[in-house]
Parts: sequence; structure tokens; C-alpha cells
Amino acid sequence: MSYSDKVIDHYNNPRNVGSMDKQSTDVGTGLVGAPECGDVMKLQIKVNPQTNVIEDAKFKTFGCGSAIASSSLATEWVKGKTVDEALAIKNMDIVKELSLPPVKIHCSVLAEDAIRAAIGDWKKKQEAPKPVAAEAK
Amino acid sequence: MSTDVKIPQAEVETLHTNGKGVKLPIYMDNHATTQMDPRVLEEMLPYFMEKFGNAASRNHSFGWAAEEGVETARERIAKLVGATTKEIIFTSGATESDNLAIKGVAEMYREKGNHIITAVTEHKAVLDTCKRLEKYGYRVTYMPVQKDGLIDLDDLKRAMDDKTILVSIMFANNEIGVLQPVAEIGKLCHERGVIFHTDATQAIGKVPVDVIKQNIDLASISGHKMYGPKGVGALYVRRKNPRVQISAIIDGGGHERGMRSGTLNVPSIVGLGKACAIAQEDMPQESCRLAGLRNRLRDRIMGRLDEAYINGSTEHRLPGNLNISFAYVEGESLLMGINDIAVSSGSACTSATLEPSYVLKALGTGDDLAHSSIRFGIGRFNTEAEVDYVADRVIETVERLRELSPLYEMAKEGINLKDVKWAGEAH
Repeated sequence: MSYSDKVIDHYNNPRNVGSMDKQSTDVGTGLVGAPECGDVMKLQIKVNPQTNVIEDAKFKTFGCGSAIASSSLATEWVKGKTVDEALAIKNMDIVKELSLPPVKIHCSVLAEDAIRAAIGDWKKKQEAPKPVAAEAK
Repeated sequence: MSTDVKIPQAEVETLHTNGKGVKLPIYMDNHATTQMDPRVLEEMLPYFMEKFGNAASRNHSFGWAAEEGVETARERIAKLVGATTKEIIFTSGATESDNLAIKGVAEMYREKGNHIITAVTEHKAVLDTCKRLEKYGYRVTYMPVQKDGLIDLDDLKRAMDDKTILVSIMFANNEIGVLQPVAEIGKLCHERGVIFHTDATQAIGKVPVDVIKQNIDLASISGHKMYGPKGVGALYVRRKNPRVQISAIIDGGGHERGMRSGTLNVPSIVGLGKACAIAQEDMPQESCRLAGLRNRLRDRIMGRLDEAYINGSTEHRLPGNLNISFAYVEGESLLMGINDIAVSSGSACTSATLEPSYVLKALGTGDDLAHSSIRFGIGRFNTEAEVDYVADRVIETVERLRELSPLYEMAKEGINLKDVKWAGEAH
């Protein structure tokens, strides 16, 4: 089991570990995977409501080194992109960047799922009816 | 909430001494294999270049010298297990011994019956052999184990019928180190006229094995698990009360009383013998020392980490074995974080598949906790300083990975992970 230098780097120095306020309307949360499978990723994004730019991203992952690296990389890549640009991120881009072997490709798929889930959650919040201001008398 | 967490990682060079007086990398995987004891190597050396004869060459001094080495080894092995020399035959290792014992009995006693009983926690050498026999029409019962890993003797009693010819239960488990009640199992088998085989690979040289007192009919022995060479082992085959006969599985000349043909691997056999002699002398003191080190490792880790669970009976266990599941932390990532230490996650034998350990599953451990387990095998050459280093590295890595873990976060928030509907598909 030999990992690429980039995977090892992300494992030792993971970027953007942490959590955001799930309740905030600017935050989208994606939780993918299952403990029985040995892979669970939580990815959160903070989106600027005017520009739709992802200003910040955080992750937490239960999984192997490749899973940790894939989700860490995902948070790096979505930062600064618009929501639509982030949706264009494909798992094979992650595979290439981290030189993941075939047996670990599913980690990159899960990371792509996590991005989509986070964006989906944020979008759902934008479509929800906004609190109506009290009518001025 | 931390970002860009940077933890200094111990450098992994081939030989690196850190400030704490330990040489890296540390080997703590003694259930997978062991370093050869220098005394064993010394004993073996003359048999490569000087006493290199074929032990079966009856007519010249080269053969006699080799034979003498073999017979001395045979005596030493017999002495360690309480057998006679006529009851010890040499094989290429415990896997072959398991095959020979099980297939040998199955074929020899097929007129008597076709039912074999074993346990779900056995080594693959036993399980796969049984699976093959099922293809040939034998019936095999794979007994479950209790939560602590032990066989229930009443279950065993109930499983036996008048067609049962063999029970095969390992003395000590390679993953969780649990010791089965072999004397009672043997007694039960003898009462019913059933042959009892035990894979004693992990037990020999570590805990007392006495084939008479413990009612054992066949026992598999391995060299490389007891600081001896790889590629050699032995099988004890009882000759009295009852006399057990086995069919050979390798034909060609009738060596080893017709039970195992093939030119003997003299140097390795000599090594195995020496390893047994050393174990005979050192065992009482050594097992005490290893238990002390293991308890030190256990207490240091369990004292600092919450939600760490020991797998398998703490009472009936090999002195040097420890198997712990660390909740919310995945095993492969844990191994990656302690990559200057050699241990295993799940079974060493199935590490190629990275499937959750079937032994842990048999204990009722969930898949996630099975994935989160580490097996430590403390051995003759491990020191207290190494134990402390390993404990500290494990603690710091588990703590770090828990900071990264969404499961730990959810658990701390009071969420019951079993109630969560996970997006991922079930296995």
C-alpha cells in the first residue's frame, strides 16, 4: 500500500478541517457514505448570496488516507469557485491530482458526491420561502 | 475549529533513533511473524555448508550428521509439547500441518463418518481446508463463538453426532489471542471417540502445551511464529490412547513414517528444534514479561482514550496480544499515522482484501469497529521504551483523527449513529 506524496501531504497537513453552522442559510452541508463501508465524508460550503461564490469550505472525514486526501482537496478546489463552477468538478480530476490507484477511486467518487450534496443542500435553502417582513401599517 | 492542522510526523528512515531511545521502525506484529532468535540462526548455520547431507542418506557420515541434527530437533519439539519423538513429523509449516491433519483424518476415517466440527474464528488454513472437504461430500459444522471469543462447550456437545470424526479448534487465535478451553474440548472428544486437532501455531512457546494433559490428538506447529525459520513446521500425531492414523497428502518415498514424503529441510528443522528448546527454558519468565508489557500498553492507551474497546477475552489470552477497536477512527488511516510502527489492522492474512476482519465479526463487533481495530503483537525483542512510544503515537494519532472525524463530532453532539440514515449504500 504505497500512497502518493500528495495523499501523504493532505493526510499530514489536511486543509480546512472543521465545521460550520449548519443552520445558517449561507451554509450547505453534504454528508455522504456510511460507517459500515469505512467511508463517511462531511463537506460544508459557505456561499456568498450575492455572487454565488463559495467563500469558505470545511470538511471532516472518517476513512482511509485516500478518503481524507480526496475530501481535503475538494475543499481546496471549491473555494473561490461559483456554485456552478464547483459542480463541474469530476472525481477523475481528483484521481489524477492525487494519483489514486484503482482500488481507491471510490474515495474520489465520494468526494464528488460530497460536493454535490453540499451544493444541493445550499440550493434547497435558497429556494425555501424567506421570512416575510412584518407588514408596515 | 482548526484549519490547516500541522502535526509533526516521525521520519521514517530505515534506521532512525529518536530522542526517546527507540530504533525506528518498531516491529510489534509478532503474530504475523517473528524475527529469528540469533541463537536459532547460530544453531542452523553448520547445516548449510558442513553438515549438508540428506538426512535420508543412510550410508555415509554426511547423511548421519544431518539425521542427528533432525533427531535432536525432533526430541526438543516432542519435549516442549509432552509427546514422544515418534509422534512428531516435520512439514513445511502450520498451513501444511493443518491440511495434513484435517485431510489426513478425513480420508483415513471416512468409513467411520463424514462430519467435521470447527469454529468460525479458525485460521484460513483450517477453514479453506474444510471448505474443500465439503466439496468432496464431507459435512462441516462451523461453530459460532461467544462475545469473548470462546467456544461454548455445550454447543460443541450438541453439535457432535455419530458421524463426527474430527474436531478442529485452535489453541490460541492469531488475531485476538484468545485461548480456547482445549483440555475440556479434548476430554469431550475422547469421551465420544472423536479425534481432536488443534492448530497450536500461536500458542507453542508462549503458553504451556501438553498433549497428554490437554487431551490433544493432533497439533500443528509453526517455526516462524516462535523466533524460528519460515517454511518449516511440525505435526504432532498421537500414537497411544487412542492411536491416531492419518493418510498422507504428499506422496513420494514415504518419509516421516509414511506420513510426509520429501527430503527434510534439515537446517530449518534444526532451527525449529532450537527455537523450541529456547522456549522451553525461557517461557515462564518470558510470558510474564510479555504480559507485563502488554498490560502496560493496554493501560496507557485505555487510560487516555475513551471509546476504545478490547476485542476478545482479557482473561483467556496470549500474554503478548492486544487487539483494540478505536471508535470513529478508520483502521487504515490509523496505520498510516503510525507508519513507523509495524502492527496490523484486521487479520494480517486478509490484509490484501482490506475486508473487515471475520474474526471480529464473529465476536459480534460491528463492521465499523472491525475496520477500526489494531492488533498489537508484543514479542521477545520488544522493550518497555518501545511500548511507551507505541502507546503515545497511537494515542496522538487517534486523537488527531477524531478531530477529523464527522462520526466523533456527531457522537459528541449526542447523536446515536445507529439511528442515522446514511446516504451511502449498505455493504
